[in-house]
Amino acid sequence: MQSRSNLVPVFLSLAAVMFAVSPFLIDAAPYEATMGLVQRIFYYHVPSAMVMFASAFVCGIASVVYLVKRSSTADAVALAAAELVVVFGLIVLVTGPLWGIKAWGVWWQWDARLTSSLVLWLIFVSYLLLRRFAGAGSEMLAAAVGVFGMANVPFVYWSVNVWRTIHPTTNVVKSLPPEMGLPFYWCAGAFACLYVGVLLTRLRLEESRMALEAAYAEVED
Amino acid sequence: MKQHRFLFSGRIWGSVVLGLLALAAPLVAQQPALDGFVPMDQLAQREVLPATPLVFYAYSFVWLALIGYVFTIWRRLARVEQDLAAVQRRLKEGAGER
Repeated sequence: MQSRSNLVPVFLSLAAVMFAVSPFLIDAAPYEATMGLVQRIFYYHVPSAMVMFASAFVCGIASVVYLVKRSSTADAVALAAAELVVVFGLIVLVTGPLWGIKAWGVWWQWDARLTSSLVLWLIFVSYLLLRRFAGAGSEMLAAAVGVFGMANVPFVYWSVNVWRTIHPTTNVVKSLPPEMGLPFYWCAGAFACLYVGVLLTRLRLEESRMALEAAYAEVED
Repeated sequence: MKQHRFLFSGRIWGSVVLGLLALAAPLVAQQPALDGFVPMDQLAQREVLPATPLVFYAYSFVWLALIGYVFTIWRRLARVEQDLAAVQRRLKEGAGER
């Protein structure tokens, strides 16, 4: 636990430096030909979505470990990761329409990518609601929801390639020219560092909460 | 022989009609010709929607959401660790009295 706590300032400092530099790199990137300035939302929107997907996987895998081994640490990791899916998902769902209103002329479209992203976010909101209000024993049910949420991620990712949608396909990132690729991968690194730092901090909060519950139980005895 | 000639001419007419339809398709799909130019400031509000505020709102939201979330974690952690220290102190005191 101590070694994990030592890593938190490293990741958070790295994220802070990378986020501070990111506006300069984004400003130096060329304008996209058809969308112009508004395309710059991409540099925070897509890394947020990548972190959201990664966090859904962390939650799903930790939930599987919890269901198999009943490990309290795995349960704490799953809860921390689910909360981060909701936070980064909210960023994706707010920045996307701000980009869409200029690029597509509409705030929202009920197409495959947008709808499946919203469904993924709602699954993890339901995970948190279960943990908050379902009482004792909700861990098992929430873990099943976490696994279901993880299984949904590939459908969201490939939805743009399989179904007709107004959202850009996954090839956009692979085909980025270097002058757009540098700020994008820089921002992706910043979001990844922030994610690890915040996840470890959130995990520490959950472990402290479990220690507090154990201490209260000891006092009552 | 006559019937054969009729069939042959029918095929030719069919080809001509199909050819004309193929030529007419792009004409039908074309935009109507402009009768006059419209100044940019007379367009509907949505068509001249400026991008700068949208980019500003998007980046501001990301920063505020992340800073706000990190702040809530920090507050929750401080409260739980404070409570934990207090309970552990009580436990130690209880063990000392015994």
